[in-house]
Amino acid sequence: MNDPGIVVVGASLAAQRACAAARRLGYQGQLTVIGAEPHQPYDRPPLSKEFLAGRSEPPAPRLPVDDLNIRWLLGRPVAGLTLADRTVHLADGGSVPFTGLIIATGAAPNSWPGTPPPNVGTFRTLDDARSLRARLREGNRLLVVGAGFLGGELAAAARGLGSQVTLVEAQAQPLHRALGLAAGTFMAALHRRAGVDLRTGTRVAAFTGERYLTGADLVGGTWVPADSAVVALGATPNVEWLAGSGLWVEGGLVCDEHGRALLTDATPARGVVAAGDVTRWPHPWADGNGVVRGHWTHATEQAEVAARSLLFPDHPATYRPIPSFWSDVYGVKLRAVGFPGFADTVEVRESEPEAGRLDITYHRQGHLIGALVGNRMSRLAAYRARLAEELAATAPA
Amino acid sequence: MEIHVDMALCQSHGQCVFAAPEVFSFDEEDRLVYATSADEDLRAAVAQAAGACPVRAIHVDSTSPVGKEPAP
Repeated sequence: MNDPGIVVVGASLAAQRACAAARRLGYQGQLTVIGAEPHQPYDRPPLSKEFLAGRSEPPAPRLPVDDLNIRWLLGRPVAGLTLADRTVHLADGGSVPFTGLIIATGAAPNSWPGTPPPNVGTFRTLDDARSLRARLREGNRLLVVGAGFLGGELAAAARGLGSQVTLVEAQAQPLHRALGLAAGTFMAALHRRAGVDLRTGTRVAAFTGERYLTGADLVGGTWVPADSAVVALGATPNVEWLAGSGLWVEGGLVCDEHGRALLTDATPARGVVAAGDVTRWPHPWADGNGVVRGHWTHATEQAEVAARSLLFPDHPATYRPIPSFWSDVYGVKLRAVGFPGFADTVEVRESEPEAGRLDITYHRQGHLIGALVGNRMSRLAAYRARLAEELAATAPA
Repeated sequence: MEIHVDMALCQSHGQCVFAAPEVFSFDEEDRLVYATSADEDLRAAVAQAAGACPVRAIHVDSTSPVGKEPAP
């Protein structure tokens, strides 16, 4: 009987990286990738940046997969997993056996409850990006709900195309919870300088319009007009299909520090690893609940570790990253390292929105735990090096 | 080992500087600067830098393949 080999569920960045790592590590068996979307893996970060901002539609930001000898099952959402007979069940009734399994089903954007008017959407996929691109133009009015990284980038890209943009944020400042008040104040200044109508400390109560979107009522009674709206209120790991599988699911698929998926008894499932936005993973600097992250480097680095741990179970690799993430808005390169959200103290070394310059460090119990810069790259590298020293001191490898 | 960075692609994400600071760094104007050649003992670090680049702008010569590596 043929060995069914390694099956990867999810066809995005983490899947591409896991497959590339497996081949690089010498795996020559069958490699099957199952994807809910009809597309081969593509890169998501450009979608809310240059893909949206360009005057003509650019090609899809495909990831390199041609040399990996992959069997593709695309446009095939998964519906379940049976570990006992090592089978992935597809929503269309098909089933796919596996010897080793890599779970990389990512996350789905949190959508607006109920049935909002047409032209209210979320933004995650290539098709979402194409749809919004087609609607953005000079004079068009875009409402962005949520001023996190994604919402901020969408607002910036739409302004660049000449759209009128209203950006609504429930917190006191954009990115407040993730990066603190000072970073949020800097971001707010960038948005307002670019002509974005930023409304903080309020929420959309309801969208207005029936056959088409006319705008939204904000909490407090204000109404804002809009032709299109994007709900950018975070994402939730795609774990529904794992219900009843025996894997530990709790706000994400719970993994150990080797990228191995854990069973509900907290022991690793045999031959099952996971990577990317779907996982909840431990870190020496996190509390016992671990962390869930949707960052590009998280997907790539955890995928590498997961592939190693799957192929060499007696020598599992360790995932103990210094997170790194970024955002590009209005020509300002925002670059962050570490865990700014864990800080008890924030030091603002420089904040000049007019010059696009930002330099903030984040500390916990007197130790550096993160840093954020805007166009201050040489400083970022130094902060990253200090964090590496701190982490080595916390958790000897 | 010869190193080339396509500066038209580079967006200063900094991942290469984290992976191989001996080869890649930023100047005070936030531009990436790098050594166009490096000793063989930095090959693993440079390969890691190339793999970590979000825009795949880093190219390393392949006189000895950076792709393959021994199993642990």
